[in-house]
Amino acid sequence: MKKQYETVIGLEVHVELATKTKIFCSCSTQFGGSPNTHVCPVCTGMPGSLPVLNKQVVEYALAVGLATNCKINQYCKFDRKNYFYPDNPQNYQISQLYLPICHDGFVEIETEAGKKKIGIHEIHMEEDAGKLVHDEWGDCSLVDYNRSGVPLIEIVSEPDMRSAQEVIAYLDKLRMTIQYLGASDCKLQEGSMRADVNLSVREAGTKQLGTRTEMKNLNSFKAIARAIEGEQQRQIDLLEAGRQVVQETRRWDDGKGMSRTMRSKEDAQDYRYFPDPDLVPVWIDDDWILRIRKAQPEMREEKIARYQTKLGLPLYDAQILTESKHLADIFEETASISQKPKEVSNWLMVEGMRILKEFEMDADQLSFSPSHLAALIKLVDENVINRTVAKMVFEEIVRRDVDPKQYVEEKGLKVVKDTDALEKTVKEVIAANPQSVLDYKNGKEKAAGFLVGQTMKAMKGKADPGMVNQLVSRLLRE
Amino acid sequence: MSILDFTATELGKKIQAGEIGVEEAAAAALLQIKAAEPKVHAFVTVDEERAMARARQVQEQIRKGQLSGPLAGVPAAIKDNMCTKGMRTTCSSRMLSDFVPTYTAEAVSNLEKAGAVILGKTNMDEFAMGSSTETSAFGDTKNPWNLEHVPGGSSGGSCAAVAVNECFYALGSDTGGSIRQPSSFCGVTGIKPTYGTVSRYGLIAYGSSLDQIGPVAKDVSDCAAILETIASYDPKDSTSVKRTDTDFTSALTEDIKGLRIGLPDDYFGEGLDSQVREKIFAAVDVLREKGAIVEEFHLSLAEYAIPAYYVIASAEASSNLARFDGVKYGYRAKEYDGLHSMYKKSRSEGFGPEVKRRIMLGSFVLSSGYYDAYYLKALRTKALIKEAFNRAFEAYDIIVAPASPATAPKLGQWLCDPIQMYLGDIYTISVNLAGLPGLTVPCGTDGKGLPIGMQLIGDCFQEKKLFRAGFAFEKSRCYQSPALAKELEQESLAALPMGEPENKKKDFR
Amino acid sequence: MERGIAMANIIEDETIEYVSILAKLELSGEEKEAAKRDMGRMLDYIDKLNELDTSKTEPLSHVFPVQNVFREDKVTNEWSREDMLANAPERTEEAFAVPKTIE
Repeated sequence: MKKQYETVIGLEVHVELATKTKIFCSCSTQFGGSPNTHVCPVCTGMPGSLPVLNKQVVEYALAVGLATNCKINQYCKFDRKNYFYPDNPQNYQISQLYLPICHDGFVEIETEAGKKKIGIHEIHMEEDAGKLVHDEWGDCSLVDYNRSGVPLIEIVSEPDMRSAQEVIAYLDKLRMTIQYLGASDCKLQEGSMRADVNLSVREAGTKQLGTRTEMKNLNSFKAIARAIEGEQQRQIDLLEAGRQVVQETRRWDDGKGMSRTMRSKEDAQDYRYFPDPDLVPVWIDDDWILRIRKAQPEMREEKIARYQTKLGLPLYDAQILTESKHLADIFEETASISQKPKEVSNWLMVEGMRILKEFEMDADQLSFSPSHLAALIKLVDENVINRTVAKMVFEEIVRRDVDPKQYVEEKGLKVVKDTDALEKTVKEVIAANPQSVLDYKNGKEKAAGFLVGQTMKAMKGKADPGMVNQLVSRLLRE
Repeated sequence: MSILDFTATELGKKIQAGEIGVEEAAAAALLQIKAAEPKVHAFVTVDEERAMARARQVQEQIRKGQLSGPLAGVPAAIKDNMCTKGMRTTCSSRMLSDFVPTYTAEAVSNLEKAGAVILGKTNMDEFAMGSSTETSAFGDTKNPWNLEHVPGGSSGGSCAAVAVNECFYALGSDTGGSIRQPSSFCGVTGIKPTYGTVSRYGLIAYGSSLDQIGPVAKDVSDCAAILETIASYDPKDSTSVKRTDTDFTSALTEDIKGLRIGLPDDYFGEGLDSQVREKIFAAVDVLREKGAIVEEFHLSLAEYAIPAYYVIASAEASSNLARFDGVKYGYRAKEYDGLHSMYKKSRSEGFGPEVKRRIMLGSFVLSSGYYDAYYLKALRTKALIKEAFNRAFEAYDIIVAPASPATAPKLGQWLCDPIQMYLGDIYTISVNLAGLPGLTVPCGTDGKGLPIGMQLIGDCFQEKKLFRAGFAFEKSRCYQSPALAKELEQESLAALPMGEPENKKKDFR
Repeated sequence: MERGIAMANIIEDETIEYVSILAKLELSGEEKEAAKRDMGRMLDYIDKLNELDTSKTEPLSHVFPVQNVFREDKVTNEWSREDMLANAPERTEEAFAVPKTIE
């Protein structure tokens, strides 16, 4: 009989914190500067330079730790992790090994079998590495230290996950929590959230863990799911063939759908950690913890509840709107300007989602001004434009953040309220469609709808459909 | 008396009084450098043009009343492990032979703000690893008292330069005795302050938890004034300490009545040269006569300081020196095959034997399986040593010790036996492990005419007690400079066209 | 440490090989022999620490109990790219150049 296997997965998730400056120097963390423009002696490892800790990094790490039910190491320290690589200017990375800031926490995820707790072994603070750009033609690689020293937290889970679905649910939960805290934007594609997967397989029912491998370079949920499936199969195949899994780090190539070992003989994997003598310990007293707890923003569950009770939204709306902290922020700001939460929600839920789907964007990419959506809602409300026009304007708002009032004015999109002009158009439409008039008089009510539609078309959508309806009915009866 | 005979603060006063011009002082020092360097080789870099331009600038600022401190206009030298913007900083290593920093060490900045005229950078043991200045990649420095002997190290260049009057004072750095031992060998005064007193920003690190910058000068008054200038709380150095008691010159009184001095019997026993012992005891007698209460006691643990130090310093060094890899600055091998070969070749060709020895040892003691047995064990030993000093300072204000078991050895003697050299650090190293201040003052010479230094050790932040005792002692004797200093001065003056120094003087008045 | 006494710590070739990979140093045959000898002697000497009972002593990293030295999260931009690239042995206009890190 074929053996049954169980997959055991633990995750190391790196999250870039949303600080303005790097962890140990005052250089900007801004993305996208030209190479080596956010650098100084500290983050390029110049001789004689010294690190000084950014307080905000500790605050964010604490906030994430508290939100994930961690215990806090009130006395924590930084250690040096020694290894040579050009993206690491000092050839050591400042990290935390012996006394990480947070430990022993958990988050709860939804699985098919119900709620499940995923343990968090520890969270530690560390610095990011620079970037290597490989010259395709030349024989060198170029080093850019703009990312060197950007603050990271590494969230190390317990090996509590059993499938790709659980891994995705866990990551989603972390992403949401951290976004809500404002500690990071957690974008996998841009690398502000990165996951390394530790995976082993064992025969179902056994207690002992199998030999694990670590998979790196996973930059989308899809890649993670594929890599997990690929790696569990690779390990099962090895075991089935009577061979051993080797403990190693592997690099996932999503294009090829396979992984490759990253080991080389120059890589001893002996990091010689020791406390960094250039940095002093961090002492986090009870007051500090209390202050962070108090300052903790409303989390998703609380928002969902409030949207239902205070703003009268249905559960479904509340869930969708809060799936992205960014979307929830847009919703709340717009709702507070317009004082019409349900209207705002409708726009975002129906038209908003449609547009995102059409342009293959995600909610975090929305960048329009809430005041513009609020203004649009007001225009519709005051009957300045009709719904058809409004949908078109909304798309313009989403795409180019146009000011709806100005846009409607410029494009002449206001509802035509001039009854004479309308009446003239309706008469023209009736005159041009004698068959429809005949149909109507023969009891085909639908024919009136066709005439209304033709009138709207002739008015380029700017007529008030209600008014047109009334006019068509009246004139047909005449 | 010539300009060169003045101490730094004496010269500073003359400059403020307009009796001596800044350019004149700088020119005199540069002249002495020209004469002395072929024999002593205390400098790695001398920048004459820059020094003279700076002298003119400082003179102008003094004239305008913008600079009035005791060191304004006084020519100085800087150990070559402190970064100086626009001036080559080599750590006496092939690795950094072309390195020109774009920033200046905080201690040097502080000096510049006080009007220092920097003449150049002094020779040292490569990356401060060594006790004789012989591990320098640019050749050894000779002891001005006897050119066949070493000046000590690692701040050997700074101490020799002060002794032979090439500068009026210098900055050194001290990780295991690197200011106090060469000060003793060269007959000058030097202090390693309490850890954290002087910012380490811009000091190229050897053992970060032990490194401290300090002054080397002709006397205690100078050291107090210089330390007062360079000590600062620096937000760029996380280990910098906020102190409000850095007005060290206020401690320069001879009043040491009731000062409790402890003599650790473990520092005066076997292994100590009898002439050194004799001269230090004689110096202690002077202090006793002036009212100090002297007592012998047992410090304990002295013999464990060296092994603990070499574990900690080497471990930190192995990590601190990892950044020298041929990527961002420094030496890159000419031929290599790929990245790792580039690393290995650059580092192997760029570092000298002593540096490699310590990097290897440091990498080993931190490696998997040895961390607890070596590194943590050393940190626990450090804790015990600190406790032993804490107990001692409950009973005594100052501990008096030798700075070195013997006077300066002959050149080459230590190169073939590094462990013998390490053992020479026995009296200075515990002070670094415990973060204490230590002051060396000259107290005579041995039968060969080589200087002997007395080390005064204080509790943390008690530099003032050291200055007071040092000042009281030094008042009992005259400053002695090596005969070579005077000889060189006369040689170079004789070589000058008549009257030139007088002309230079006129430029300023 | 006297000459002629057998060393307690014998450093194997593999150890020197391994440590030189960690330290990124390439030692010649002669240097390797010297390193084995020197490291052996140093370790013999360091083993002296084992005479001390440190079981009740905590490791001391920092001599003073200084804690919580922080920097405010404020950008200051005082350095130019050229300042950082000025000493690079090999470089382009805007980056440090190293031997290719991937095949």
